[in-house]
Amino acid sequence: MLRFILRRLLVTIPTILVVITITWGLIKLAPGNFYSGEKRLPPAIEKAIRDKYGLDRPWYEQYGKMLWSIVRHGDFGTSLKYEGQSVNGIIRRSLPVSAAVGILAYLLALIVGITAGSIAALKQNSRWDYGSMTLAMLGISLPNFVLGPILVLIFSLSLYWLPPSRWGGFPSRNLILPVITLSAIYMAYIARLARAGMLEVLRSDYIRTARAKGLSEKDVVIKHALRGGLMPVISYTGPALAFLLTGTVVVERIFALPGLGNYFIQASLNRDEPLLIGIVAFIAITLLLMNLLVDIAYAYLDPRVRY
Amino acid sequence: MTPDPDLIHASPETAITEGEYVRGTSLWRDAWRRLLKNKLAVFGLVVVTLITLSSLIGPTVIKRATGYTPDYIPTSDTRLIRSFPPFTGPDGQFSWTHPMGTDNAGRDQLARVLQGGQISLFVGIISTLVSLLIGVSYGAIAGYVGGRVDNIMMRVVDVLYSLPYVIVVIVLLSMFRSQTARGQLILLFIALGSVSWLTMARIVRGQVLSLKNQEFVMAAKATGVSTPRIIFRHLVPNTLGPVIVYATLTVPQIMLTEAFLSFLGFGVQAPLASWGSLASDGIQNIAIFPWQLIFPGVTMALTLFSLNFLGDGLRDALDPQMRTT
Repeated sequence: MLRFILRRLLVTIPTILVVITITWGLIKLAPGNFYSGEKRLPPAIEKAIRDKYGLDRPWYEQYGKMLWSIVRHGDFGTSLKYEGQSVNGIIRRSLPVSAAVGILAYLLALIVGITAGSIAALKQNSRWDYGSMTLAMLGISLPNFVLGPILVLIFSLSLYWLPPSRWGGFPSRNLILPVITLSAIYMAYIARLARAGMLEVLRSDYIRTARAKGLSEKDVVIKHALRGGLMPVISYTGPALAFLLTGTVVVERIFALPGLGNYFIQASLNRDEPLLIGIVAFIAITLLLMNLLVDIAYAYLDPRVRY
Repeated sequence: MTPDPDLIHASPETAITEGEYVRGTSLWRDAWRRLLKNKLAVFGLVVVTLITLSSLIGPTVIKRATGYTPDYIPTSDTRLIRSFPPFTGPDGQFSWTHPMGTDNAGRDQLARVLQGGQISLFVGIISTLVSLLIGVSYGAIAGYVGGRVDNIMMRVVDVLYSLPYVIVVIVLLSMFRSQTARGQLILLFIALGSVSWLTMARIVRGQVLSLKNQEFVMAAKATGVSTPRIIFRHLVPNTLGPVIVYATLTVPQIMLTEAFLSFLGFGVQAPLASWGSLASDGIQNIAIFPWQLIFPGVTMALTLFSLNFLGDGLRDALDPQMRTT
């Protein structure tokens, strides 16, 4: 197990370097510059800017300097757009916003998805089954940028129950709509996965044995079937996190939340190189570590998996 | 499941005495029949066909009927607010001219949604083809060559899988933002196609691995068929079933990603519009002109919904063993 974790960590490092290099390369290869706007700058000012950021240095020197500062000090530099603010500071400030929305959304999706999927599997081909699976398909097909505004329209602008946007701290009523919007699609995926997994497990021999030895249906389902039936849901956690990160980008924009996703979009629109690289690298690291955690959890839950 | 009466063939004797040729059921014919039995899949097929057809001919029909093209701005109307609710004319009375209302500039929303559908479907299909081309070749080569090459090729796929690819795509699209709408569209095809081939490569590789030791491949090898020819003429056609199923499910995924990118302003650029960019325009005025968001959004959701059901139905029809019900 330890060897497996170490080996995975060793693969993680080059992957993160690849992500940083691709992002850096794309920014450098693209035509134009972060300071070039509608108006051409006076040559003296342009030269001062190029000197300040070392833009006239050879590419390998710029690349090396950037990488060194990240690897050596964990320092992504200073934002070009938000003057005087360090990238690390921006990430530290915006992370709690994204994390609050993301984690709550994932928990909500797990609870609702597993419940709906299990009920659908237990009552296969019933009205419950068809109803929840059609709803799940709707959840997969309804883009979150359509669902979010429709929810705002109903619950904020017509019924005046919930605030339509902005960050209100944690916990607050402002979180309800963004969390529902973000979780809808995962709810749907998890419900489908849970249903498929449960259907397979419910037909297996050990469930028959459990029933045969006279366990109550409740015990059979909760103690025996759920554990095996939810394996597909757990292995979906990795991809779900990747989706969740991109989903927060949209949700944060719809609800004007000052999270990582919003800063990411701003950074790509502004060509804010240090901020962009910082956020992309941070997202990549989070994603890879989460995937590793999922794999470890998987090995613990399913005794057949061995590394 | 009750036995399918069509599957019980006429007894051989009657066939011989009547001197008729009994046609065997091919895989495709069989799958088609199973598909038609699946109500939701048929619903999906019908809706997808209807939406595709109306996107293709709709704008022309509207132009004939009302004179509105997707970009026609009624300049004679100098009022500040030109966005009318569905079925309402400029005078506030009931009118058939704009069944989906108009946008901020007074353009006909229905014509715009239908034209947006053209772009959305086009992006979905072309990008799926790009991902098919890359994924099938990559997977087939890795699977057939095997050994160290396979190992390295699949490791690359593993690494790419763990990247936050949408994030990288956004960086790519925002940095290389094209000046022309057409250039941006091509960039979008490349970006979407080049990130969605990974699963396809894995599926094809798995198929090829299970096929490559069968007799027909050995026969081809023995008769001196070249390796590329074995891969692309003998193996790839045999992987078609799962490839078609996965491609059908890739189209809605890519359309969703395209809409997501357009919504954020990185995708399709004006004057072209897709469902995503129309929704993005609509969200600005959600409080006063909700129809500007609801119509493109709901049309898109309905299309994706139908495509997903169609894909699920195709999977059940082509691969009965995969069926979970």
